[in-house]
Amino acid sequence: MRLAPRISLLVAASLLSIGSAHAETVVKIGAALSLTGPAAAYGAQQKVGILAAVEEVNRSGALKGVKLEAVIEDDASTKEQGIAVFQRFINKDKVAAIIGPTLSNTATAADPLAQGARVPVVAVSNTAPKGITDIGDFIWRVSLTEGQVIPGALKRLQAKLGFKKAGVLYGNDDAFTQAGYNVMKAATEAMALEVVGTQTFAKPDKDYTAQLTALLGGKPEILIVSALVENASGIVAQARQLGWQGPIFGGNGFNSPKLMGNAGPAAEGVYVGTAWNKVSSAAPNQAFLKNMAARAHEPDQFCAQAWTGVMAIAEAIRLSGKGGREEVRAGFLKLKALPTPLGTFSFLESRDGSHDPALQVVKDGKFQIVQ
Amino acid sequence: MGQQVINGLFLGSIYALFALGYTLVFGVLDILNLAHAAVFMVATFVAVALVGHGVHILLALPAAVLFAGLLGLVLERVAFRPLRARTDSNIAGLISSLAAATIIEAVVLEIWGPNITRFPFGTLPEGPTNQLRLLGGTVSRLQLTIIAVAGLLVLALTWLVQRTRLGREVRAVAESPRAARVLGVDVDRAIAAAFFISSALGGAGGVLYGLAFNSISPDMGRGVELKGLAVIILGGMGSMPGAVLAGFALGLTEVFVVANLGGSWRDVISFAGLFLFLVLRPRGLLGAAVTREA
Repeated sequence: MRLAPRISLLVAASLLSIGSAHAETVVKIGAALSLTGPAAAYGAQQKVGILAAVEEVNRSGALKGVKLEAVIEDDASTKEQGIAVFQRFINKDKVAAIIGPTLSNTATAADPLAQGARVPVVAVSNTAPKGITDIGDFIWRVSLTEGQVIPGALKRLQAKLGFKKAGVLYGNDDAFTQAGYNVMKAATEAMALEVVGTQTFAKPDKDYTAQLTALLGGKPEILIVSALVENASGIVAQARQLGWQGPIFGGNGFNSPKLMGNAGPAAEGVYVGTAWNKVSSAAPNQAFLKNMAARAHEPDQFCAQAWTGVMAIAEAIRLSGKGGREEVRAGFLKLKALPTPLGTFSFLESRDGSHDPALQVVKDGKFQIVQ
Repeated sequence: MGQQVINGLFLGSIYALFALGYTLVFGVLDILNLAHAAVFMVATFVAVALVGHGVHILLALPAAVLFAGLLGLVLERVAFRPLRARTDSNIAGLISSLAAATIIEAVVLEIWGPNITRFPFGTLPEGPTNQLRLLGGTVSRLQLTIIAVAGLLVLALTWLVQRTRLGREVRAVAESPRAARVLGVDVDRAIAAAFFISSALGGAGGVLYGLAFNSISPDMGRGVELKGLAVIILGGMGSMPGAVLAGFALGLTEVFVVANLGGSWRDVISFAGLFLFLVLRPRGLLGAAVTREA
């Protein structure tokens, strides 16, 4: 009951702030990152990426008369803290745009505040296919969704290995693995792959030999699996135990060093899609790597995506010539083919990001990019 | 086909090993020891810890099995014996075994955490060189070893119960504790022995399960517990040969349902089959007459 007048006050306050932002040469970007809590490992990488990118933009002088300033706050990997941080950014810091929050779950709670106050948000790590950018026309996204990574990576793998027959295995009691399977199914259909069999398992399962034996009986050339990492490790180990030496393509659940920790040598030859091609020789990526090397920082995908988020905001300010909230959003609408460490980046009509995903393979116990 | 038979036998041998100990205590005391799954789990963690400290698995396995047996003695002393004189000791025992299971799980959670762990690499020889072709399928030495160990334990237990003095005492107590006591059998000792053997078997099942699937967590016993319950009902409550037979039957059924109908149908068909079987033959595969002997 007491919330409604407060929110309308927030809106009024933010509308006022747009007027004053014009005259300022300092443009603030708020970043709500998970610096504590379960997602803290991601937040730490994002913080480095954002600070480095802001410094780089200011140093390059690409934004004439505008100086970017990053305001970084901890969302503690929770919805509650995420909301509090967003309110602070919108009303107290009067930021021109917000990067984050780290988790999709937090974004579903915090983003509507920014949408209500007409503050552009750039998600740099939210990968949930639904419920992020469809919050409203001020919510934009740099990170690719599962639905974007899997088809691109699978196509790349087919070009390399030339398989035509696939066996598919997925967990059908989990929203994430089921969604991954739906994307895989659509991808195999689009690529006209022959699916020799589709099998399912449940999260508590430890024994997958019956499913794997049935799939291998159909003589597939590749196994396509949607599973969380605990199941994935068991599936990979047991497939190898059954004598399968061919490629295994996994969904985003495979994207964890735990896979190698639990499956060991059996994980060799497992392929997973990823948003960032770390070893790309393209100039923007090399510049990014050089910047990180100068900081003695080992960047991961989250770092590169956070950097790209700042670059997208800077480009939007450059395109519209001003650093206000509406201008940043107007700039996003004009943004096309921006060179970034992730590749040539554009926004889709749905405000989701678009660039080519990369493919990685487990080799010598580590994820390595497939060229 | 051949491969699926091997998969089914393998899964079945684990169910059988788990259910044997389960049914032994049931046969003697007429109570379900719901802490059996916790013993199964804790023995696996003990073996992992030992191997992690450089102990060879061939020593770690018997050590973990011994630990499980001793834990069984403790359980009997703490959770069951104090309740035995009561008239409602069956239900009370069921509840106190559930409490014991919860405590054991909590302790393991506290020590080792909730994450899934595994035996260190190289605990057992792995890789293609340790695989054999059999029945048109591939079987690893590990799987063969597990099936063989399970078979050996079944034979050893049968011999123990049928041929030794201890076995006769246990069977006498199962028949009638009062009559056994009149005949000079130390009833408490016989029951403690049954618990020791039961828990040791459960522990062996756990370590082999952990080696086979390398997915060890504090809740790993739960899935097996329900299957074990189904197996001892199917085999005829308290019947040991019945439990073994039913263990293999359930393992094979599950594998063929998964392969032919899909994973979602596995438990549906298995438990619907169990239900149907019990309607047609309420005493289970080898129940009734054999029950009181076990």
